[in-house]
Amino acid sequence: MITKRIIPCLDVKNGRVVKGVNFEGLNDVSSPVELARYYSENGADELVFYDITASFEGRALFTDILREVASTIFIPLTVGGGINTVEDFDRVLKCGADKVSVNSGAIRNPDLVGEAAKRYGDQCVVLSVDVKRVDGVFRVFAKGGRENTGMEAISWIKRCVDAGAGEVVVNSIDTDGVKKGFDLEMLDAVCNAVSVPVIASGGAGCIDHFTKLFQAIPTIDAGLAASIFHFGEVKISDLKNTLAKEGIPMRIVRLG
Amino acid sequence: MVAIVDYGVGNLFSLGSSFRSIGVETVVTSDPTVLKKADRIVLPGVGAFGDAAKKLRDSGLAEVVVAEARAGKPLLGICLGMQLLFEKSFEYGEHPGLGLIKGEVRPIAEVIPTDLKIPHIGWNALHFGARRHPLFRYIEEGDCVYFVHSFYGARCEESVIATAEYGAELTAAVAYENVYGCQFHPEKSGEVGMKILRAFCEKEA
Repeated sequence: MITKRIIPCLDVKNGRVVKGVNFEGLNDVSSPVELARYYSENGADELVFYDITASFEGRALFTDILREVASTIFIPLTVGGGINTVEDFDRVLKCGADKVSVNSGAIRNPDLVGEAAKRYGDQCVVLSVDVKRVDGVFRVFAKGGRENTGMEAISWIKRCVDAGAGEVVVNSIDTDGVKKGFDLEMLDAVCNAVSVPVIASGGAGCIDHFTKLFQAIPTIDAGLAASIFHFGEVKISDLKNTLAKEGIPMRIVRLG
Repeated sequence: MVAIVDYGVGNLFSLGSSFRSIGVETVVTSDPTVLKKADRIVLPGVGAFGDAAKKLRDSGLAEVVVAEARAGKPLLGICLGMQLLFEKSFEYGEHPGLGLIKGEVRPIAEVIPTDLKIPHIGWNALHFGARRHPLFRYIEEGDCVYFVHSFYGARCEESVIATAEYGAELTAAVAYENVYGCQFHPEKSGEVGMKILRAFCEKEA
């Protein structure tokens, strides 16, 4: 049976992980390579790297790091941040990324998803979307959630999936950072609208929130989180063991 | 030395790195001489079958890979590379494969319930059946590996060495003599994947 995926997300700026904290056995908490290895050894099913660097030098550093991660960690890697053109896809795929996540780039250039899917295959193109309720309607937000595009979210997601997005990461701005649980209503609406894998993001504060996510929405494929993993509030191995005990299919990594 | 066949499809970065991590030297090559000199050959592949099969044939590498495999050199096809080992594929039309393994490639939509998502993407457990193939000697029944595919190996019962359950029993790996194929990506399957690659590299050439 296909397992549900647990995905830690690492924001990288100027070659360093933002929000790194102390883990036992980890010498450099803001080293993307060390943190990625730690997560991989603890059972992460996939890693997402967001490049939040604005400078050209920072971008070059990011691809160097990506290459190093891909040389040492052998689980699927998704890369996002600053993906605006098919050339950007090419740049990160050559460095070992398996999937490329587009967000604002797809909003600015509505043909990007289709062009990239045609060149690299649907499985390579991940649509990432920041969604917030405005007067009871799900709206797509751009620029890291600061700007309301006015687009209705479900139809935007459907349009991108039809164009070739092979997976969708739904980040609820309403629940993000609040740590009161995933946005089940929003995620359910997306899962009902598309037939590609949907990854939940925004709101995870404890193990119980993941249990609720997978139990409430059987068609959701994965849960993504950043700070609760980075701050050590939830250990991935504990999370996966607990979910497995609840009957949710998990890949359990045997140690040794 | 393991030769990874470079015929212009797919991303070979992770594949090379994964072999390096288990201490095996690789060369990514489109040179028939290098393929002939290698101890083992890996046939990777992503994308569409028809396009990949054509590229492999047009480059002249199909002929070399088949000749080397028939002469007994261990060959491992991965993902689309596994599908290419079969006689033919029904992915958007009908396309001939390398014919090294009996069987054909068909859409998983034909055998799985309609409510399941396509592609079959993510980590799924391997099942070996009654006998465990040497390729899996370092891993356990039920270990998970990473899949991404919409087509599967069909009518290949006698060469199936592992299956994965996804609304149906899908072919996860095949073997016929010195020719092996994995539908999943060992190079993306963490420790379990590395153990499979190690077993492939340790097989007597």
